[in-house]
Amino acid sequence: MQSVRDGARLRRFFSSTAAVAIAALSTMAAPAPVFAQEELNALVWCDHTDPALLEPFEKANDVKVNVKVYEGTGAGLSILDQSQPGDWDVLVIDGVDVHRAIDLDLLAEMPANALPTADIFPEVRMEANNTKDGKTYAVTEKFGYNTISYDKTKVDPKDMQDLSVIWSDKYKGRIALYDYYLPMIGLVGLGLGKKTSELTDADMPAIKEKLAAMRAVSKQVSDVVSSQTALATGEVDILVGGGEWITAVLSADKPSLDWTIPEQGAVRWAQSIGVMKDSTKQELALKFVQYILSPEGQARLATSSCYWAMPANAKAGEFLNDQQKTALRFNEQAEYLKKTQLYPIPSAELDQQFQDAWTEMLQQ
Amino acid sequence: MADAGTLVTATALEDADRRKAWGFVAPALLWTIAFFVVPFAFMAAMSLWKREGRDLVRVWNFDNYTRFFSENALFQGLVNSLEITIIVTVISVLLAYPLAWIIAERVPKRLQRMALILAILPFWTSYVVRSYSWLLVLSKNGVINQLFLNIGLISEPLELASTRTATVIGFVHFFVMLLTLTIYSNLIQLSPNYRRAAADLGANAFQTFWHVVLPLTLPGIVTGAFLTFVLCIGDYVTPQILGGNNELVLPQIIMLQLGRRADFPMAAALSIVLMLAVTVAYLACARWLKIERA
Repeated sequence: MQSVRDGARLRRFFSSTAAVAIAALSTMAAPAPVFAQEELNALVWCDHTDPALLEPFEKANDVKVNVKVYEGTGAGLSILDQSQPGDWDVLVIDGVDVHRAIDLDLLAEMPANALPTADIFPEVRMEANNTKDGKTYAVTEKFGYNTISYDKTKVDPKDMQDLSVIWSDKYKGRIALYDYYLPMIGLVGLGLGKKTSELTDADMPAIKEKLAAMRAVSKQVSDVVSSQTALATGEVDILVGGGEWITAVLSADKPSLDWTIPEQGAVRWAQSIGVMKDSTKQELALKFVQYILSPEGQARLATSSCYWAMPANAKAGEFLNDQQKTALRFNEQAEYLKKTQLYPIPSAELDQQFQDAWTEMLQQ
Repeated sequence: MADAGTLVTATALEDADRRKAWGFVAPALLWTIAFFVVPFAFMAAMSLWKREGRDLVRVWNFDNYTRFFSENALFQGLVNSLEITIIVTVISVLLAYPLAWIIAERVPKRLQRMALILAILPFWTSYVVRSYSWLLVLSKNGVINQLFLNIGLISEPLELASTRTATVIGFVHFFVMLLTLTIYSNLIQLSPNYRRAAADLGANAFQTFWHVVLPLTLPGIVTGAFLTFVLCIGDYVTPQILGGNNELVLPQIIMLQLGRRADFPMAAALSIVLMLAVTVAYLACARWLKIERA
């Protein structure tokens, strides 16, 4: 009996040892699937979806970044309105709308000393937009220009130096208008000799008149993809409201496409990034913001697959090649920044008037 | 007493049948209430609120509807929607009927399934990709213009892209297939005896078609036309991509309300108007939609 029990014990011992050994060997032979420890949820613009941008951060921090793209601040705020607190960790938002998010108590304060503010081009730091009561809620991460893109083989580049070309008959039927009322009304304001920050409802009649004139000579009013398509296929020769973000990404395939900033100047857009106030992963979210603002992250963001635009961090140039710098006009930024003004930031009432004027123009 | 007993039993059976019937109907009814009635009621209520600046004012009023009917830019959206939808529906019917007839009458039975599969192929591609493809086909450097230029039919490229014509072409390409299916399913059920009887009575081919075949296939046409109307009037993608924003349809105006200002009350009011247009179309078609052929 003893021997039988001992035998059974031995069998159990050996069988369990064998099982453990097999398990150990199998784990060595076949690597187990790797699962990210954590997930980070970011509500972003489409340029943040490029794997080439996200993967370095994901690998370095063993995290999976889930991104959801939205277009238009209204749509983004609606998504947040329909979400539970804590659903989102990071928000990318139009630089002119940061205060809307702050007023809705959506953004967390970020420690200013943890951000490379000193490396950001002074003109796009936009403290008035990104901070409130001395507290930093967002940081400018990328910027560009709503100006004039054109096909230099089809139009006279000299004509593109004067903003009035956008409502002249010379290129009638060969112009596309970018379908976003804020920068376009900003451009009209510049054409009227006004500063974008000083537009008021008293300017509306003149703005409406010029919008109607622009519409009369244009072929179409279209979104980013349709505008790019129209310019690339020769459907139009000029895109008003375009810029490096339209032509730079096509620079390799379509070298004839160019962009310029006219004498009267152009409109500057900027996008900001911040940490959500209700995020349960504030530290990781801040790390992501820091990565995006780092020179390497900035270079990847500037040349991400959805659209190219200028990195806010001046040191990103170390990570851009010559072709990328040329397409972005990286070395001409000092002059461009002097000649451009930020989007108009209208009050709610003026914003309503802008939108109504734009709708009227589309429907004329 | 016996009669009374029979009556009680019959009533009990009726009650049981009624309970059973409700049991069958309940899931569909609950589904409809949860996913149509409740959201619709919420949307209708929302349409009576108002967006003022950044604030949502929850006070019942008809301001959004007043604004819609008084502002030409908004009302024109409905007019454009109706015009484009009616044009698309008529053209699609005129193209789909002969196509369905050829498949049903001229294509051998064994090849009809293949013909139908070929007819519905456009449904298998992404809607957005299909619209952008049409944009490339219709552009100045597109296939059509290049062909016409090469054969000397035109000296200057035609303005096809970013026009109402482009929008109509994009829609028709899609809806012809839908209508072909509904009309084909009607034609294939039509007994040849009707046509033989008409021929025996001295009717020629056209008279047979006009007085016999067409009336009997009308339910298929109207069903397809109604589906076309509903899908076309509510579509945002095709006009947005192919129309070049040169005239806004109602779904585009709804999107304009949501894009930046998140004006849900105005968007809800416009959506109610859109639903009313569809309801009117349904009532106009209801007579034929209910037809049952013996």
